[in-house]
Amino acid sequence: MIYNWLSKKPLGIINSMLCKFQFRVSSPLQILRTIFLLPWLAAMVALPVNAAPLDPELVGQLNGDGNKAKTTAIKELTLLATPEAIQILNALADDRLMIAGDDGELLLRMEGEQAFDAVTGEAVTPVPEDMDQLYPNNRVRVVLNTSLSILKLFDPDREVRLEAAKQIEDTGGADAAFLPVMDKVLAQESDSEIKDVITLIKAMIGLKSTDPAIRLKAVQDLGESDNPDIKLKLTEMTDPANEADSGVRSAAVESLASLEQKLLIGETVTRVFTGVSLGSILLLAALGLAITYGVMGIINMAHGELLMIGAFATFVVHDFFRDHFAEYFDWYIVAAVPVAFFSAAIVGVIMERTVIRWLYGRALETLLTTWGISLILIQTIRVTFGTFNQEIANPAWLSGSVEVMSNVNLPWNRIIIIAFAILVLMLVWVLLNRTRLGLFVRAVTQNRAMAGCVGVPTARIDTVAFALGAAIAGLGGVALSQVSNVGPEMGQGYIVDCFMTVVLGGVGQLAGTVWAAMGIGIVTKLVEGGLGAVFAKIVVLAIIILVIQKKPQGLFALKGRTAD
Amino acid sequence: MSTARTPFIVRFFSATGRTGWVALTLFALLTVVAVPVCHLMFSEGDALYISTFYVTLIGKIMCYAIVAVAMDLIWGYAGVLSLAQGLFFALGGYAFGMYLMRSIGLDGVYQSHLPDFMVFLDWKEYPWFWAFTDSFLYSIFLVIAAPGLLAFVFGFFVFRSRVKGVYFAIISQAMLYAFLLLFFMNNTGFGGNNGFTDFKRILGYDITSPEMRATLFALSSATLMFSLLLGRYLVSSKYGRILTAIRDAEMRVMFLGYNPLWYKLFVWTLAAIICGIAGALYVPQIGIINPSEMATANSIEIAIWAAIGGRGTLIGPAIGAFVVNLSKSWFTVAFPEFWLYFLGLLFVLVTLLLPQGLVGLYQQLRARSTR
Repeated sequence: MIYNWLSKKPLGIINSMLCKFQFRVSSPLQILRTIFLLPWLAAMVALPVNAAPLDPELVGQLNGDGNKAKTTAIKELTLLATPEAIQILNALADDRLMIAGDDGELLLRMEGEQAFDAVTGEAVTPVPEDMDQLYPNNRVRVVLNTSLSILKLFDPDREVRLEAAKQIEDTGGADAAFLPVMDKVLAQESDSEIKDVITLIKAMIGLKSTDPAIRLKAVQDLGESDNPDIKLKLTEMTDPANEADSGVRSAAVESLASLEQKLLIGETVTRVFTGVSLGSILLLAALGLAITYGVMGIINMAHGELLMIGAFATFVVHDFFRDHFAEYFDWYIVAAVPVAFFSAAIVGVIMERTVIRWLYGRALETLLTTWGISLILIQTIRVTFGTFNQEIANPAWLSGSVEVMSNVNLPWNRIIIIAFAILVLMLVWVLLNRTRLGLFVRAVTQNRAMAGCVGVPTARIDTVAFALGAAIAGLGGVALSQVSNVGPEMGQGYIVDCFMTVVLGGVGQLAGTVWAAMGIGIVTKLVEGGLGAVFAKIVVLAIIILVIQKKPQGLFALKGRTAD
Repeated sequence: MSTARTPFIVRFFSATGRTGWVALTLFALLTVVAVPVCHLMFSEGDALYISTFYVTLIGKIMCYAIVAVAMDLIWGYAGVLSLAQGLFFALGGYAFGMYLMRSIGLDGVYQSHLPDFMVFLDWKEYPWFWAFTDSFLYSIFLVIAAPGLLAFVFGFFVFRSRVKGVYFAIISQAMLYAFLLLFFMNNTGFGGNNGFTDFKRILGYDITSPEMRATLFALSSATLMFSLLLGRYLVSSKYGRILTAIRDAEMRVMFLGYNPLWYKLFVWTLAAIICGIAGALYVPQIGIINPSEMATANSIEIAIWAAIGGRGTLIGPAIGAFVVNLSKSWFTVAFPEFWLYFLGLLFVLVTLLLPQGLVGLYQQLRARSTR
């Protein structure tokens, strides 16, 4: 049988190998022969050996009879943790370990085209014609993989060691047999972060120990962990059925409490983060509305559709980059920002010039009219792009996440959206409070007639302010395109939330909208954890109605003396 | 002084003028006598036969017209624009739908005494709010009580804090949205997004029989006429005048010593109940009730019926409901692509050019021709 041993088997193939054992029938006699022959072969090729030689019997066991012999051999080699042992185990994992010789007594480690004796590490020339691959079966593979990740703890690269340590921790420690290796690693490890992880792994292994003192130490050490998987292990240790020693049990209870506290902190951090993330999305969606409704008094029911236009502008830019600038594809989102801003602004200008300017001061009428406009916009998008949701690929730099704690992962796209929301907020604030245009907008808001009297072009300011609100909705659409579906109906889902945010915050200034968005976001996510998404919405609605009981003009209403 | 001693029943019926009565009589003759007779007495192919499709369509639109009249009571006369009327409509529908589901009996797909969707969820018994719904009378009570109670509680809190105008519209829409989400959930106990369907019978009679259709049709028409009479009586009574005053200048009415809370709350709850009854009549004719009736778009559309017909005229919104829905069923067949454009333009143009609606336009034209 000739195997193309150069081709490295992907890991997925392991499962399919369960049913096809490739080991040759080996008898105790064969093993004996191997033992006798190997030193002889080593002597034949008398080259200087500068590494510590391996025990030929141990190596031979890799091709031993049954899983037990093989796994024991793997474990023993792991305990040695010498470079030679690592070489052999790597070869075994990569299917580069060959059986040769008349009775399969010779184990060869292939490095490219070159064959080396597995025990002595000496080159074997010529490469024997008749070789069989040594295929570890699934159960052996599992042990082998654990071994290899343990051996990575000896890697000179700190990152490799840290990653390996974390992986072992995540997969729930290792077999009790590996305890001595951990001691060895701990003795030579200088990095404190890795040391902490390895102490945890040691503790996980220690739980399986028969010595109550070791178990006690292990249980105490595990209290330092913030790994959710350990909770189950510690809970088991509090049960008299699993743990005989009462001292260990009480220590387990204490450790469990400390672990649960850490987990709770982690969960709360995650909730609050997702809440802030939801809040920043709400803020981006509602900020434009805070201008058109809060400042101008227009109920723009088409606001959701302006968000949609922003998202579709992103989609168009996305497709354009994919077709024409594939190499800069990751940066399409940056190009989409101005495109979305201006396309939504143009729609806003058209809406204001043709319809809304006739309806100032008739809030309920603007509600119906803009609803009509929203229907027209939806249908236009449907006719142009189709009824279905469009697929938008996230840029590579927006995917992935940051691990803050072992149970807290913060996705990058959410972090970027929070940053984007802050940026847009600052932009709007500067525009309204530090520019001449902003001054005019505020003047028209406070007293239209007087502003007109001192020469503010009120009609033009209305148009610009409405376009600005629409443009900010377009920016919100860019952010939404990264976290939700992009389709003709996407805007309708946001309109209620947007108005809730603005109504709760109170009209006329931005601070209220910010607080309301964050408040709604965080409360929604905190309630959602216990009661589910739908009840979270209902609870938030109930809270808003109660708040409006106390503060009918919203949380941060402008103080005035008008009585309708 | 004499009006105070006039019996209620006389006041109730005399509120509607002579033209109104003539119109109502003609409408009654048409819908309670002519259509059922044409539907039942003639068969397919006859010139006078009215097909099931049209009976169902007109019956459905009459239910919508009832909702539009209720909308006019609160929007046209009390100045409260509610974007939640679809919720009360759907609640009434669900309340009666529960009775219809119970009367399917063992004829469901799974031959269980439970509705199919409960069998599907592996539920063994009815949830508590399904108690007694196998009784027809109780379900009629529920049709009135469920929307009425919700409207009363919501309205009490909202009107008490003097939330009005746009704020009210938005908060009512949020309530609608919350209920929409609630009814979409499978484990709420109302069939999730499939809702209730596959009804078999009412009080033992086959629900799809022509006789039942004609009965439901006549009932819808009677309810529409009754709600018009009731509305006319209300708005022409002293109560109605105060309501209109609150609409136009709430502060001044308060300064005169009235508490607007109860005036608004009464008409708001009444409108919700009328919507609930309309929903209960709608469900057996259409044969399905699901959460899409609570979609925010539907409730806003109700407002446009009222606006197109003419707010504050009672008959106008009913006409508006007919105009919009008939054109909808024509457009969605003839030009499905353009229906939303048409509806959208209707919203824009009516508010811009026809603030008084069709009735207002008619009055203007008549005033010009008599001058």
